[in-house]
Amino acid sequence: MRFLFRPPAHEAAELLSLPWDQPLEEWDEQLLLEVPQRGISRHVVRFVASGRHVYALKEIAERLARHEYALLSHFEEEGLPTVSVLGICVDRPGQQEAILVTRYLEYSMSYRWLFSSPRAEHSAELLLDTMVELLVRLHLAGVFWGDCSLSNTLFRPDAGALAAYLVDAETVERHPTLSAGQRRYDVDLARERVGAELLDLQFGGLLPEGIDPITTAEGLPPRYEALWEEVTAEQVFGADEQQWRITERLQRLNDLGFDVGEVELITSPEGARLRVETRVAEPGQHRRELLRLTGLEVQERQARRLLNDIVAYRAWLEQKTGKPVPEPVAAHRWLAEVYQTVMAAIPPELAGRLAPAEIFHEVLVHRWLLSEKAGRDVGTEEAARSYVANVLPRTPPEVTTPSVIAGRATGR
Amino acid sequence: MASIEIKNIVKQYGDGFPAVNDVSLDIADGEFMILVGPSGCGKSTLLRMIVGLEDITSGDMIIGGKKVNDLAPRDRNLSMVFQNYALYPHMTVFENIAFPLRLAKMPDDEVRRRVTEASDVLELKDHLERKPANLSGGQRQRVAMGRAIVRQAEAFLFDEPLSNLDAKLRGQMRTEISRLQRRLGITTVYVTHDQTEAMTLGDRVCVLRKGKIQQVASPRELYEQPVNLFVAGFIGSPPMNFLPATPKGDRLETPFGEIVLDQKRAAAVAGHDLLLVGIRPEYFEDASLVDEAKRPLGSVFTARVDVTEWLGDSQFAYIPYEAPESIQTHLRELSRELDAEELRTQAIVSIDSTSRIREGREAQFWLDSRKVHVFDPETGDNLTRDAEAGAELTRMATQDRVEQIEEVRAASVGAA
Ligand SMILES: Nc1ncnc2c1ncn2[C@@H]1O[C@H](COP(=O)(O)OP(=O)(O)OP(=O)(O)O)[C@@H](O)[C@H]1O
Ligand SMILES: Nc1ncnc2c1ncn2[C@@H]1O[C@H](COP(=O)(O)OP(=O)(O)OP(=O)(O)O)[C@@H](O)[C@H]1O
Ligand SMILES: [Mg+2]
Ligand SMILES: [Mg+2]
Repeated sequence: MRFLFRPPAHEAAELLSLPWDQPLEEWDEQLLLEVPQRGISRHVVRFVASGRHVYALKEIAERLARHEYALLSHFEEEGLPTVSVLGICVDRPGQQEAILVTRYLEYSMSYRWLFSSPRAEHSAELLLDTMVELLVRLHLAGVFWGDCSLSNTLFRPDAGALAAYLVDAETVERHPTLSAGQRRYDVDLARERVGAELLDLQFGGLLPEGIDPITTAEGLPPRYEALWEEVTAEQVFGADEQQWRITERLQRLNDLGFDVGEVELITSPEGARLRVETRVAEPGQHRRELLRLTGLEVQERQARRLLNDIVAYRAWLEQKTGKPVPEPVAAHRWLAEVYQTVMAAIPPELAGRLAPAEIFHEVLVHRWLLSEKAGRDVGTEEAARSYVANVLPRTPPEVTTPSVIAGRATGR
Repeated sequence: MASIEIKNIVKQYGDGFPAVNDVSLDIADGEFMILVGPSGCGKSTLLRMIVGLEDITSGDMIIGGKKVNDLAPRDRNLSMVFQNYALYPHMTVFENIAFPLRLAKMPDDEVRRRVTEASDVLELKDHLERKPANLSGGQRQRVAMGRAIVRQAEAFLFDEPLSNLDAKLRGQMRTEISRLQRRLGITTVYVTHDQTEAMTLGDRVCVLRKGKIQQVASPRELYEQPVNLFVAGFIGSPPMNFLPATPKGDRLETPFGEIVLDQKRAAAVAGHDLLLVGIRPEYFEDASLVDEAKRPLGSVFTARVDVTEWLGDSQFAYIPYEAPESIQTHLRELSRELDAEELRTQAIVSIDSTSRIREGREAQFWLDSRKVHVFDPETGDNLTRDAEAGAELTRMATQDRVEQIEEVRAASVGAA
């Protein structure tokens, strides 16, 4: 047998002791983790915990495993939103297929759970928008997906919204750019697959009453076209409106979740033509800033939310002490006095249902609601107590992220 | 269902390289056409232009008499089969086949009619009310085909559909696709680099090389009357042997002795110097096992056998031979172009499985000289090709196909 992985992959060593020579189907249940809300798949896909990490293992023909491994590695380098690949195991005895190993995307949720969720705030619309954003991003990067579906997309809560990740690159083709025909075909495949998956949920009695699979799926192509147009369109305007038009466009792209790489402005007597080159990477400005200040790794919208809270905390500190407080000091104190206090309020049995940063975001939302009702600011501590008692338990235990479950089993 | 006319199609990618270079091809209504050739020959690009995935640089793509160059893939009403065969666990097999029609909001009775018809053809009738979880590998693939059938597309398109299946399922599916295409009489374009698939599936096979068509013909015509070295070397497994040959009157001098040519072929090669003679493995035999009646139709020579390979029902012997440097260079280039293994100047000959010819010894072989072809090594042209005989083979294949389709159509009218 041969293992191929790209350093650094300290974790790879932990995995070597697994029974790679056996068919994945027959692995001892003791080694595996149930992930009840996973998507449907043609291949055998199973999950294992090793050390503090959880992995997804997929048994698949060697040619495809190599293809998927190479693509996912490139995507990650480019900052495209995909699962992270660890490596592959090939040359297994008895002509068995290869195994592709990806890192489990913690706190991700499949559409199956999102739709049957008792917290129905994630509407079908939000889900489609998130998916379309992912598809546009991939198309900008010259990625033809060939199998865009709800099962092949993972969703992560991100400060009240969702972020989408590609999970299955088996059918992906990489091109320098995509033709209009390729994009349309990909969108059409997506429409059909989303429609089929929703119909399937409906047949299984898992789809909420108000959602119609066919209309929902039909909504995908126009949403895609609209976003693609916004992101790629060339604009023409008069010379006098240049300044604010550029600002407006960049702001709009940021709001849509895209960063701009380069702006090209061609002026002529008739006016100016504006072309923007949209970055394909996930936006990461706030994420990097938060990491620098606190060492916390979270998603972009969550980061924006947490940074705002740090700013507010700093103002409060300055007011209280009557002295300027340097940003790093404020961030440090916020981490210890605010963020960690909230995290400490979560009892072990509720841990892992949502990502810590998402919990923090929800506590802030809750605090706002309580304060409004009370007619005074109730403060983060009180809000956290109430949230843990009344809100968090409504997130069902099935969505607890696998690494936390694995940690519990081994007493960590 | 529709014909597909490809007229002077060119595809240049961004770097200006013509991946498909002035290709014209008429695919008849109901025909099974194979696009085949080594990696990079442009077969996938051609298929993608039919589907609408690549813009056409110049030329016309006409489907069912309508120019489709500027139509979106969806509006061409073609079906790429097997691209997706996700099975949905809560839906019955019926619904797993029907959902494309449901999404198109087709009335219930029409959905029922189409699914029932497709499941008849696919022999899935007894499984329609089951959930897909317990279907076999082959049945799953048939559900995927069912989805393609119920759409009633103008044509089926396949791009290397079997390359990810294991050997057993691959053989099974090859038969299945062939049977289905015949029963439905649907125009089909099938891309493969596997010449066995090409030869067993196609009514006609289009061999591509560097973006250009080499030959379009029935499998038998390609095999027996190839236009050039490239086609001769690509079609057939194990491949045709190419030996240096010098014409001398009505004979060719070769490392395996003299080969006598009939008058027509002798005239065709007269005046040339060094040529290549192409002999398929099965034109050889262990001389001691050839019956007397056949013997005079070929020549006998003695050679040392390097290796023999006994496969039970057949046997191969490998015979090294000498070739001048110029010929070796041509052959090396050819095998590189064909993605073949590094060329060795040794012939692969098929002998009866009962033959007692042994490795490392001298042995007598017989060679059937009636079917050899002679090629110009510089141009690659087949100097001895009999165009009329070739065309006759393809005519026969076309006639078979038309008759089969008429039978099917008559039967379905009768049933309706
Ligand atoms: N790294 C990961 N993190 C979280 N979940 C994962 C990961 N990898 C796979 N999954 C889950 O497993 C499911 C199946 O994986 P995947 O889509 O790769 O399998 P597949 O057999 O190729 O599917 P398909 O039938 O769509 O080709 C996914 O829908 C997802 O829910
Ligand atoms: N998007 C692209 N941009 C530039 N060149 C391309 C692109 N796609 C294909 N080519 C080139 O066009 C030629 C034909 O490619 P094509 O994929 O059609 O060949 P193929 O016969 O299908 O090969 P294979 O069997 O390897 O798939 C090749 O030289 C290839 O490198
Ligand atoms: Mg998948
Ligand atoms: Mg897949």
